Amino acid sequence: MAEVAGAPRFDMRGVRKAFGPTVALAGVDLMVRAGEVCALVGQNGAGKSTLMSVLSGALQPDAGGMTLDGAPYAPRDPLEARRAGVAMIYQGLSLAPHLSVMDNIALGVEPSRWGLVKRDEIRRRAKAALERLGHGDIPADAAVGRLPPAAQQIVEIARALDSGCRVLVLDEPTSSLGHDDVRRLFDRLTRLKSQGLAVVYISHFIEEVKTVSDRFVVLRDGRNAGAGVTVETAAATIVSLMVGRSIDELYPHRPRTPGEALLEVDALVPGSASFSLHRGEILGIAGLVGAGRTRLLRTLFGLEPVRSGRVRLGAFSGPATPGARWRQGAGFVSEDRAGEGLAAGLGVATNLTLSKLDGLGPGFVVLPSRQDAAAGRWIDRLGIRTAGPRQPIAALSGGNQQKVAVARLLHHDVDVLVLDEPTRGIDVASKAQIYALVDELVAPAGAASRQPKAVLLVSSYLPELLGVCDRIAVMTRGRLETPRPAAEWTEHDLLMAASGAQPVA
Amino acid sequence: MISRRLLDERGVLIGLLLVTALFAVLLGPQFLRGANLELMARQAVIVWVAAFGMTMVIAAGGIDLSVGSVVALSTVVTAQLLHTSVGPFGAVLGAIVVSACCGAVNGVLVTALRVVPFIVTLGTMLIIRGAAKGLADERRVEAPMTWLNDLLRTAGDGRGWIVPAGVWMTAILALLVAATLNYTRFGRHLFAIGSNERTARLCGVRVNASKIAVYTIAAGLAGLAGVLEFSRLSVGDPTVAVGFELDVIAAVIIGGGSLAGGKGSITGTLAGAAIMTVIHVGCSQQGLPNWVQQIVTGGIIVAAVGLDRWRERQ
Repeated sequence: MAEVAGAPRFDMRGVRKAFGPTVALAGVDLMVRAGEVCALVGQNGAGKSTLMSVLSGALQPDAGGMTLDGAPYAPRDPLEARRAGVAMIYQGLSLAPHLSVMDNIALGVEPSRWGLVKRDEIRRRAKAALERLGHGDIPADAAVGRLPPAAQQIVEIARALDSGCRVLVLDEPTSSLGHDDVRRLFDRLTRLKSQGLAVVYISHFIEEVKTVSDRFVVLRDGRNAGAGVTVETAAATIVSLMVGRSIDELYPHRPRTPGEALLEVDALVPGSASFSLHRGEILGIAGLVGAGRTRLLRTLFGLEPVRSGRVRLGAFSGPATPGARWRQGAGFVSEDRAGEGLAAGLGVATNLTLSKLDGLGPGFVVLPSRQDAAAGRWIDRLGIRTAGPRQPIAALSGGNQQKVAVARLLHHDVDVLVLDEPTRGIDVASKAQIYALVDELVAPAGAASRQPKAVLLVSSYLPELLGVCDRIAVMTRGRLETPRPAAEWTEHDLLMAASGAQPVA
Repeated sequence: MISRRLLDERGVLIGLLLVTALFAVLLGPQFLRGANLELMARQAVIVWVAAFGMTMVIAAGGIDLSVGSVVALSTVVTAQLLHTSVGPFGAVLGAIVVSACCGAVNGVLVTALRVVPFIVTLGTMLIIRGAAKGLADERRVEAPMTWLNDLLRTAGDGRGWIVPAGVWMTAILALLVAATLNYTRFGRHLFAIGSNERTARLCGVRVNASKIAVYTIAAGLAGLAGVLEFSRLSVGDPTVAVGFELDVIAAVIIGGGSLAGGKGSITGTLAGAAIMTVIHVGCSQQGLPNWVQQIVTGGIIVAAVGLDRWRERQ
């Protein structure tokens, strides 16, 4: 059943969504026609995911309306959206790895009679859905977990097709795919487009957007920032729309004098990284989510194995355990605050002092009173809002939790601070405090005799990197490029380099 | 706020008082007489000693199902060593060392195979039970009378100790283990591992070494509980303490421990085991059949955990 490209498949008007004081969407419009691939682009935090969560029923908008094929559409949950024909394919594939391909495709909508599942019909329908994608070759009985990532993605799209989807949303679909698989995915999307589906394609990669989409819509800070026909627009123009504003002047930046190299990395794999980090400087690493920045930092800190290459930290060479890294004078703030950075059930003082419990009592004894006193110092210094040093971390706001994670490095008095997305998801006031603190740490010694520190900073927020760092290196698809002085970068260039596009002259 | 705090730290103590008061009302003041309290303490010591180790394991996010088997093995080893020339003290030491080795194996398997401790210790529970039976030739092992048989003998014979030596020893152990958990680097590390193992690793805690150590210590304590069990039985019995691990786990859970890890206290565990003992003794003195005791104890476990969950949602 051929459908005419041109009729709006779905239309979102003035969609608003706020989480407490944070406005994620401030009135966003998005319309996609049947038989069209529309790219949704924007920087991290621009509101893409929130908008798609509204479309797929995972979130309810505070204001605004939606229509699907002209009829009002307001799904209360993802299941209702799915029944209405809106399917999302997330980056982290949502399949049951132990079940077979056909069972995954039929999951939740198994045809049955008197409570008995009709195996033959499931098989027939699974095959039909796979055929529609041109992949009848995927065995219906194979366990999904044994298939390569590209085939798993096909199974997931097949599941969407089997449930009669009219709108398909793909969120960063190429992040787990190799080069050839990406090309085949694009062929598949062309095929689906010709079958009358409306496809929303979310990607950071401008090249992909240029290749696959008919139109693009840019979001910035929760608003529409521009839209157009893809073939008529240059990649650089799309990037300009995403960046939008000039660099914030909010970042304190005292004069710094880099000293000796504290950290030297030579041909380290994973990361293909070679760089040195000096006392009294902040080195930033830019890149897209999934470019391998976190993996590089974790490898440096001994949380993941070194495949090859060399790391020298202070007087120590070679790989090390996290415990050894702390003793060698380095500290790490994890990007995953809840999952790794902090133990949510334990108190502020325990979390803050965990890496260095010695010195808090005679011998191997740890006196809680000394723990509280040590933590109290940093609670005052960083203005951590807590009922007391024993309050569980879970009761604190995100910003205050993050300050505890950073304070751990200060308590340990490390020389090298390795910070992975230290300001992600925290309020502006806490962000400003963390910037000011980091600036103070790397500033030349004043009256006090303490030495300036060195900071290695990963951030997805480009104004922050440009505002805080002395040098910035870009990581693209698992490779770290040579750092360049921050003054030589613009937000635009960073985004182009991180997206794998050629920098403009 | 105050009521939450009461529930938080002293809930189990209040529960113990309530249960004790209930039986004091039902049975009259003689329930609270010294001799009766001593009887209950003597009953509770074996669970107490093993539960100290279990508290540490559970605080670190683990579980040890093999403690019942370790207790049985320990009674057998003690009885057999008493036939040699090592003397009673050597027998106790030998039993504890053998038990601790079992625990070290648990720890190594948990860390090296990365299999969840429930499964690992379910396996070693059967292995150790089998080993105990093999060692004892599937019979009770008679042993000569020594001072070991007096560890839990009532103090009413005029030695002036108020309670038996085994109870004193348990009290000292409770202080030692509580201090270890709360005031040493090792103890703080255990809570950190149980609360969030990835955070502990990030902070440089030697996670695997700590886990092996905690399973070893817990099994060592279970071995000591086995010595007390031997003292009560005066024979080595490879079939004793079947299902004992569940009593021990229940004591820790009633006392505020969380199977998700990161929580647990010796005070809570002491009270948790005491509640179960009071119910047991109270019900028998009231003439209630065994099945009533079991239903009441089961109800208390579910209520304790339900209360805990409810508190966390607040």
